[in-house]
Amino acid sequence: MNRINKKLQEDKKLLSIYFTAGYPSLTDTVSIIEDLEKNGVDMIEIGLPFSDPLADGPTIQASSTKALKNGMTTEVLFDQLKDIRKTVSIPLIIMGYFNPMLQYGVEAFCKKCQEIGIDGLIIPDLPVDVYKEDYQAIFEKYGLINVFLITPQTSVERINFIDSVSNGFIYMVSSASVTGSSSGFGDVQTSYFKRIANMNLKNPQVIGFGISDHETFTQATEYAKGAIIGSAFIKHITENGASKTEDFVKSILN
Amino acid sequence: MSKNYFKNNPDKDGFFGTYGGAFIPPNLEEEMKKINDAYFSISKSHKFITELRNIRKHFQGRPTPVYHCSRLSQKYGGQIYLKREDLNHTGAHKLNHCMGEALLAKYMGKTKLIAETGAGQHGVALATAAAYFGLECEIHMGEVDIAKEYPNVQRMKILGTTVVPVTHGLKTLKEAVDSAFEAYLKDPINSIYCIGSVVGPHPFPMMVRDFQRVVGIEAKDQFFEMTGELPDNVVACVGGGSNAMGIFSAFLFDDECTLYGIEPGGTSFKMGDHAATMTLGKPGMIHGFKCYVLQDENGEPAPVHSVASGLDYPGVGPEHSMLKDLEKVTYDSITDKECIDAFFELSRLEGIIPALESSHAVAYALKLAQKKPKQSILVNLSGRGDKDLDYVIDTYGIPD
Repeated sequence: MNRINKKLQEDKKLLSIYFTAGYPSLTDTVSIIEDLEKNGVDMIEIGLPFSDPLADGPTIQASSTKALKNGMTTEVLFDQLKDIRKTVSIPLIIMGYFNPMLQYGVEAFCKKCQEIGIDGLIIPDLPVDVYKEDYQAIFEKYGLINVFLITPQTSVERINFIDSVSNGFIYMVSSASVTGSSSGFGDVQTSYFKRIANMNLKNPQVIGFGISDHETFTQATEYAKGAIIGSAFIKHITENGASKTEDFVKSILN
Repeated sequence: MSKNYFKNNPDKDGFFGTYGGAFIPPNLEEEMKKINDAYFSISKSHKFITELRNIRKHFQGRPTPVYHCSRLSQKYGGQIYLKREDLNHTGAHKLNHCMGEALLAKYMGKTKLIAETGAGQHGVALATAAAYFGLECEIHMGEVDIAKEYPNVQRMKILGTTVVPVTHGLKTLKEAVDSAFEAYLKDPINSIYCIGSVVGPHPFPMMVRDFQRVVGIEAKDQFFEMTGELPDNVVACVGGGSNAMGIFSAFLFDDECTLYGIEPGGTSFKMGDHAATMTLGKPGMIHGFKCYVLQDENGEPAPVHSVASGLDYPGVGPEHSMLKDLEKVTYDSITDKECIDAFFELSRLEGIIPALESSHAVAYALKLAQKKPKQSILVNLSGRGDKDLDYVIDTYGIPD
């Protein structure tokens, strides 16, 4: 069974962390992953930096720009991760934009992910329709789970369609905005969380965008299986250094 | 290709052959669908069409004329004609789609227009449309372009628009698009993104083309009225490709017309020195759609350069990408130097100062005229050059 599915079956709320590969320094990728696991994080999204990111706010964009400048590429990331399964056992997901994968070759990319032990992909600019028609078979061949995003504006019909195509979890974007842009959840968001929870979808939901501290993590996981933190974590390591993951994770969980 | 070409291209998912589509995050997906639905239900209505025609006639000053360049033709050969989009209100073809997009926004109940701009022509046109309809307007523009095209920045401000300087990356058009998308995503309910060319996710390439078709429809009739024939050659510059799609659309089924799309060759064909996307790029994705892209081996958009800010883009319209593969249009490039020479040539021989973007098309027409001295050439003169004067004088000086 895929590590993501196994993790989702655990009887706990999941904390997932996103960070940009190759940031703050090119060689920080592996140690950040290892530290996050050690400190109790349940799942990690490894961001493959791209210079043209349509879904990311300023914090993640700035980290991507820096990572690219540091020399991060698809090839370099795969090389850094080649022995990652010797030390890390939690689910690992690569999150990136579609063009770098397209240029690498989608099948070659998926094959490489399987060899390394990547469990899933999040590609915000690959629409579910195109995925289903052109790429689902390839993803399944290499045992990869593809995670789709929904937002407060996504129609019920579309959510049901995404649920039918998904085989891991659904990434619930908390607002209609870009990453790292809001602080705290209001009534509009909690009613959206409730609405989705009441749909009883076959895939569990994990909430992302706008989760930055213990309070928002608790609020989000009241309605969902887990929550993803990206910008707040990147801000923390920008200010405190790549080795300071422990206090951040503690501040979220306790 | 058939009479139903425009109905079938793009297909219902926004594809022109294998290009186009909408590769966008889900937060944009629903909004694009709404714009698409509104476009089909509203802009095809008699009321909308009547209002837009009225605007074109009384506000924009359409139809713009076709003009025969007798001195230029005498010097270079051929019979060179210009479709005078420089005489369209605000001095470029951009207002054609801006008035359409803004009218659609008004019908949809939007209160704010957001867009990027390269040379500032699209920004000025959209700022003008916003003032006309009483809508708020926010234009994102790279810092490099702000310095280069300052008169247009001032025009936007006079028109009541907020100009947001974009300070990341190369600080030109690509980064301006990123920044405008980001601003749009903050409030997709009340605002609408009015992209500046036949690029971006579906339905923009279709909408902008359709609003620009007026250029070709007028030019074809006017040219025939003047000469009793169709032009042998039609030439337009291509950055994203809106003016070119506008004029080409009327001639796509006329096999006797050869169509030329002219890209900026910059200073050399080395990566970073040009923006000749179709000449040197390969299929990929940028800003939510598939097209020819100038990119490195990792799929990162390449840095681009052109003397013309409005052509400075590493992608190109999906329909152009398809027309290239179908060999319906010939795509070629003109260097910065050839462009500047043509800029002065047209100014001095005909009394028309062209935009640097349009000067690429003029430069190619001059080459073509020498090669085919017995043929007629219709150039889409997409804009006037007032905005470029400071830059040209500072960089190249004024020749004797």
